[in-house]
Amino acid sequence: MIDALGSVGSLLLVGGTSDIAVATAHRYLRERPLRVVVAARDTPRRSAVAEELRAAGGRVEVVDFDADDPGSPARAVAEAAAGGDIDVAVVAFGQLGDAEQLRTDAAAAAHLAQVNYVAAVAVGTELAGRMRTQGHGEIVALSSVAGERVRKANYVYGSTKAGMDAFYSGLGDSLAGSGVSVLVVRPGFVRSKMTEGMPDAPLATTPEAVAEAIVAGVRGGRHTIWVPGAMRWVMSGLRHTPRAIFRRLPF
Amino acid sequence: MADPRTAEEVLLTGWGRTAPTPARLVAVHGPEDAAAVLAARTPRGVVARGLARSYNDAAQNAGGHVLDMTAADRVLDVDLAAGEVEVEAGISLDRLMNLFVPMGLFVPVTPGTRYVTVGGAVAADIHGKNHHVAGTFSEHVAWLDLLTADGEVRRVGPDRDPELFWATAGGMGLTGVILRARIRMKPVESSRIVVDTDRTPDLDSLMSLMAGTDHLYDYSVAWIDCVARGARMGRSVLTRGRFARRDELAPEQQADPLRYSGRVRLSAPGVFPPGLLNPATVAAFNEVWYRKSPRRKRDQLQTIGAFFHPLDGVGSWNRVYGPRGFVQYQFVVPDGREEAMRRALERISRSGHASFLAVLKRFGEGNPGMLSFPLPGWTLALDIPVVSGLAALLDELDELVVGAGGRVYLAKDPRVRPEVLEQMYPRLGAFRDVRRRVDPEGVFTSDLARRLSL
Ligand SMILES: Cc1cc2nc3c(=O)[nH]c(=O)nc-3n(C[C@H](O)[C@H](O)[C@H](O)COP(=O)(O)OP(=O)(O)OC[C@H]3O[C@@H](n4cnc5c(N)ncnc54)[C@H](O)[C@@H]3O)c2cc1C
Repeated sequence: MIDALGSVGSLLLVGGTSDIAVATAHRYLRERPLRVVVAARDTPRRSAVAEELRAAGGRVEVVDFDADDPGSPARAVAEAAAGGDIDVAVVAFGQLGDAEQLRTDAAAAAHLAQVNYVAAVAVGTELAGRMRTQGHGEIVALSSVAGERVRKANYVYGSTKAGMDAFYSGLGDSLAGSGVSVLVVRPGFVRSKMTEGMPDAPLATTPEAVAEAIVAGVRGGRHTIWVPGAMRWVMSGLRHTPRAIFRRLPF
Repeated sequence: MADPRTAEEVLLTGWGRTAPTPARLVAVHGPEDAAAVLAARTPRGVVARGLARSYNDAAQNAGGHVLDMTAADRVLDVDLAAGEVEVEAGISLDRLMNLFVPMGLFVPVTPGTRYVTVGGAVAADIHGKNHHVAGTFSEHVAWLDLLTADGEVRRVGPDRDPELFWATAGGMGLTGVILRARIRMKPVESSRIVVDTDRTPDLDSLMSLMAGTDHLYDYSVAWIDCVARGARMGRSVLTRGRFARRDELAPEQQADPLRYSGRVRLSAPGVFPPGLLNPATVAAFNEVWYRKSPRRKRDQLQTIGAFFHPLDGVGSWNRVYGPRGFVQYQFVVPDGREEAMRRALERISRSGHASFLAVLKRFGEGNPGMLSFPLPGWTLALDIPVVSGLAALLDELDELVVGAGGRVYLAKDPRVRPEVLEQMYPRLGAFRDVRRRVDPEGVFTSDLARRLSL
C-alpha cells in the first residue's frame, strides 16, 4: 500500500533495466527498503540491475518481460502480482529507433510501434485490471515530450509516444474513483544509455532528475508531469506554433 | 441484507482522512449477515469496521469487503448486581453511557471520544485516562464471541482459548469478527468527576508530578504545548480526577446524582480556527489555552463529557486539517527512558510542524495482548497535518522510540515501516501463529495488514 505520507511498499518496473526505472527504484530505496520486481528480458544487464537494487536494500524479484511477445504483458503482470500487491508500476520500456532507417523501413517502423505503443497499451490494460481488483495502485507511464508535438526529425518515435501518452492519460481518467491512478511523465531529452552518443538538447535532464520528479509526482497525486518542469511551458508554446513555422524549426 | 456480491464499492478512510481505498461496504445486523459476507468473500478478503475512529487504514480493505458493524448495537443482557452487560459489538460507548450511567454504571475505559464501538475498543485494545490503574478495555471483557474464518462462532476470554482472546484484543480485526461481548462496567455513585488541575512550566516538572502522584487519582492526563521551545518546552496542563461520591455533589445535584447528557458545552477557547491552521495560529491557540488554564485548582466538579470527551462537541474537527488530511503520531517509551520522551519532544517542537495540544499519559502494566499497545511508561499523542518532509521526521522519531524499547499505536499509525514495527512488537510472531491457526488462508485482512505485512 502507498501509505498516508506517500511511502511505497512495492514497486514493479516494466522495462526494468531502463535507466529511469533503475533510478526510480534507487530513489525509493533511499527512503526505505521495499519489494522491487524487475520485469525485463533475461539478459546480463537484468541480473546486474537486480544485484544492484538488492545491494541498495531492495527485496528484488525478477520476471520475464518481452515487448515483442504479445503474451508477455499478461504473464509478467500476473507473475509480479503473485508475490503481493503492486503499489507503483513504472512502465519504462521503449526504444528510440534509428530515425533515418525508420523513414523508409516499414517493418522497422511497425516494430517500433509494437514496442512503444502496442505493448505499452497491453501492459497498461493488464496493470489497470490487476490494480482495480486490488483496489489501489499507481501506474507511472514514461511518455516523452516528443509525443506532444511530433517533430519531423523523429516522427515515428514521436507518434508512438503520442499514442501511448494518449492511452495512459485516458486510462487515468477512466480510473477516477477506483483507488487506482495514473501518472504520465513527459521528460525532455534524457541523458541515458538510450540516447548515448546523441548531442544534448536544450533543457536536457538525467534519469535521476526524472526519478525525483516521479516520486514527488506520486506523492503529490499528480496526473501529468514534465521533466524538467520548464518543459511544460516550452511544449505548450510549441504545441501552438503554426505548422508553417514549426516545420522549419531546426530539429 | 444487501447481497454482499453486488454491494456498491465506496471509498473509505479513517479519521485522519488519508489514503482512501474502495471496498464493498455491507451493513451487518447480526451474526447471519456477517457469515453471509464471509461466504461471499473474494480473494481480497474481509475486515470489520466500527465507527471508523481509528485514524488510519485499519478498518479499510481495498478491493475487498468491509463489514459495517454499527447496525448490530443491541444490549443482550444486563446484570446490575455484578455490574456486567452483554452487548453486540457494534454498540457505541456513547450509547452505553446513555443507557447505563443513569443506572450507576460507567464504561470501564473510555478513549478521548465516546463515538467508538465495543468491537473497535477490543480490536485496538484501547486505553483511557485510567490506564495506570485500570489497564485497557479488553481487561474488562469477560468473554467475547468471535466469528472466525471457518464460519464458526467461538466464545473466547482470558480463561477460554486465552491465546485467541489475546490475539483478538489488540488484533485489529485480523482474527475474525467480534459479534458480542460481556463487559464488566465500573460502578459510579454520580455522573460528575472531581477534578484537580495543575499547570506545569516544563516537561521535567510535569513528569515528576505525574510519577509522584498519579496513583492518587483514577484518571490522569496532561495536555502539552508542543510548539513552545527552550525553557518552556513541555509546558502543560495536567488534569486528574475520580468520580464524585454522591455526598460530594451540590445539594441540588444530589437529588439526581446520575443525571447524564452526552452533550458537551464547549469550553475550549475559541474552538478551532478553520482554514487558518499554520504554525502561527497553532502557537497562538496553545498560548491562549495555556494562559487560560488555572495554575492550580482543586476539587472542581466536571461532567463526563467535559472531562473525558471535550472534542466530541466540535463535530467533524478532523476536517480543519485540510484536504490532505492529518496523521496522529502516538508512541510509548518505557519507564526509565524518560530521556527519549524529552528528545522526541525536542525534535517535534524543533521541526516546526504545527500541532495542536499533544497529550501525555502515564501507562501502568501491560497485558498479554500480542499487539496491545500499552507498556509501563509514558505515551505521547499528537496530531500533525500532512506536509512534505513529515515521512522523514516520523521515521526519525520511530528510530528514537525503538531505540528506547517503545512502540507506536496501530490504531493511529498510517506510515510506520514494516521492519521497524517488527522490532516494536516482539510478540508479532506469536500473533501470526494464532492467525495461521484460525485463518490459514488469510481471509481477514485490511489495508493496515497489507501495508505492514501483519
Ligand atoms: C478523537 C479521538 C480520540 C481517541 N482517543 C483515544 C484514546 O484516548 N485511547 C485509545 O486507545 N484510542 C483512542 N482513539 C482511537 C480509537 O479509540 C480506536 O481507533 C478505536 O478502535 C475506534 O473504534 P471504532 O469503533 O471507531 O473502530 P474502527 O476505527 O472502525 O476500527 C478499528 C479497528 O477495529 C476493528 N474492528 C472494529 N469493529 C470490529 C469488530 N466488531 N470485530 C472485529 N474487529 C473490529 C477494525 O477492523 C479496525 O482494525 C481516539 C480516536 C479519536 C478519533
